[in-house]
Amino acid sequence: MTPAAPALMVGNLSFAYGKRLALDGVSFAVTPGQCAILLGPNGAGKTTLFSLITRLYDSREGLIEISGWDVKRQSSRALARLGVVFQQPTLDLDLTVRQNLRYHASLHGMPRRLADARIEQELRRQNMYEHRHETVRSLNGGHRRRVEIARALLHGPDVLLLDEPTVGLDVPSRKAIVDYVHALAAEQHIAVLWASHLIDEIAAGDRLIVLHQGKVRASGGVDEILTQTGAASIGEAFARLTGAGS
Amino acid sequence: MSLFHYLRALHGIITRELFRFVHQRERFISALVRPLLWLFIFAAGFRSTLGVAIIPPYETYILYEVYITPGLVAMIQLFNGMQSSLSMVYDREMGSMRILLVSPLPRWFLLVCKLLAGTLVSVAQAYAFLAVAWLYGIQAPPEGYLGLVPALLLTGLMLGSLGLLLSSFIKQLENFAGVMNFVIFPMFFLSTALYPAWKIQESSELLYRLAQYNPFSQAVELVRFALYGQFAAYPAIYVAVALMLFLTAAIVGYNPSKGMMQRKAGPQ
Repeated sequence: MTPAAPALMVGNLSFAYGKRLALDGVSFAVTPGQCAILLGPNGAGKTTLFSLITRLYDSREGLIEISGWDVKRQSSRALARLGVVFQQPTLDLDLTVRQNLRYHASLHGMPRRLADARIEQELRRQNMYEHRHETVRSLNGGHRRRVEIARALLHGPDVLLLDEPTVGLDVPSRKAIVDYVHALAAEQHIAVLWASHLIDEIAAGDRLIVLHQGKVRASGGVDEILTQTGAASIGEAFARLTGAGS
Repeated sequence: MSLFHYLRALHGIITRELFRFVHQRERFISALVRPLLWLFIFAAGFRSTLGVAIIPPYETYILYEVYITPGLVAMIQLFNGMQSSLSMVYDREMGSMRILLVSPLPRWFLLVCKLLAGTLVSVAQAYAFLAVAWLYGIQAPPEGYLGLVPALLLTGLMLGSLGLLLSSFIKQLENFAGVMNFVIFPMFFLSTALYPAWKIQESSELLYRLAQYNPFSQAVELVRFALYGQFAAYPAIYVAVALMLFLTAAIVGYNPSKGMMQRKAGPQ
């Protein structure tokens, strides 16, 4: 794989629940170091798209590749390069932070010593290392999210998916997570795909993918989207693209 | 993917299940109290009502408590199998099932690991129950307690895979209560757990046939013979075949292309 090749590529992806088309010819790519915000109102198809990328189900048309591996045909290799933070909480509440992370490391086949070293590294990076022996139940929502992000990064993925990770968090926790993930993309050259419906989570250098009713309505940098739509702000552009204001 | 990767994942999944089991003391206690209630109260009450003739593997007249002990051991596993699939429905709702399914291993392997972990928990529960029964005076020969291990693994896997299969069809927790009523109770009552096959035959040929077809009956008999140091070939084969069928269907149910997952997921 050449450095310019996309870490995540979605090509002409369609998916239907029975007769209802949830995704219709969706195409985009995210390159290493890029933070792509998947913006769409509820019901736009974001969760369906994430379920297909993570291979929760895969009877669909089109292509999904992670670091060049086809998610459908080479799923193990593709999933090994992927880190995910799901919208729902996914930690065992009664287990400690470290037990939760060790469990994840074992699913990725990491030897214990390497796993513990990586756990320390990722937790320290988010100032969570001193909480490693605490049960998840005793952590607040923001800290739980940090643990989930640490977990998604344990195996050193090329692509990080986040499905509305800041839902239900207070403003400082949200800001901390937004800043941290943007720094990750820039410093570690991870390709980030962040699903959101919150416009204030977008940074100036982000790539935007606007999804509405199963179709990509616009994609590109912030400036490009503003030019395409002739809007003065991203909020206005989003409203025009999704018909939210009409 | 190396063999070590598979082994580490297996170890991780089993460790997690055991940690959860240790943390959920109420689950362990209720798993123990349920069969003990049957043993101490139900069986004691029915002791004089139901006479049990000498049938293999027993070599003498036995008390009713002795008769139903293997059935209660199997009941522990039946409940555990359903409960660990209940936890899978719960896991899926909570999202941690997704963490399992998104890991880079074949899905069938992940499901088998999960099944094995749940079965080991059920074996521990069964032995805890047998220890209390032993103190109560229901004592099998020592070799029986040893021979029981493979039997319990097989029956636990079979009942667990049935639970797994059901969990692949169930979208929400609420639906599960219905399945408990329509699966656990018929399987338990229409089996040889509480009364021997010939007793059922005396009252109804149809019920007798159904009890014979019921894989839970065969699991009970496998456990019963094993507890007395004997290998019952027919029940063992029957349980093994049922295990293969349930497990295959469950794996298909969890298959991302063919299974029920996406039909259940529905539109957002």
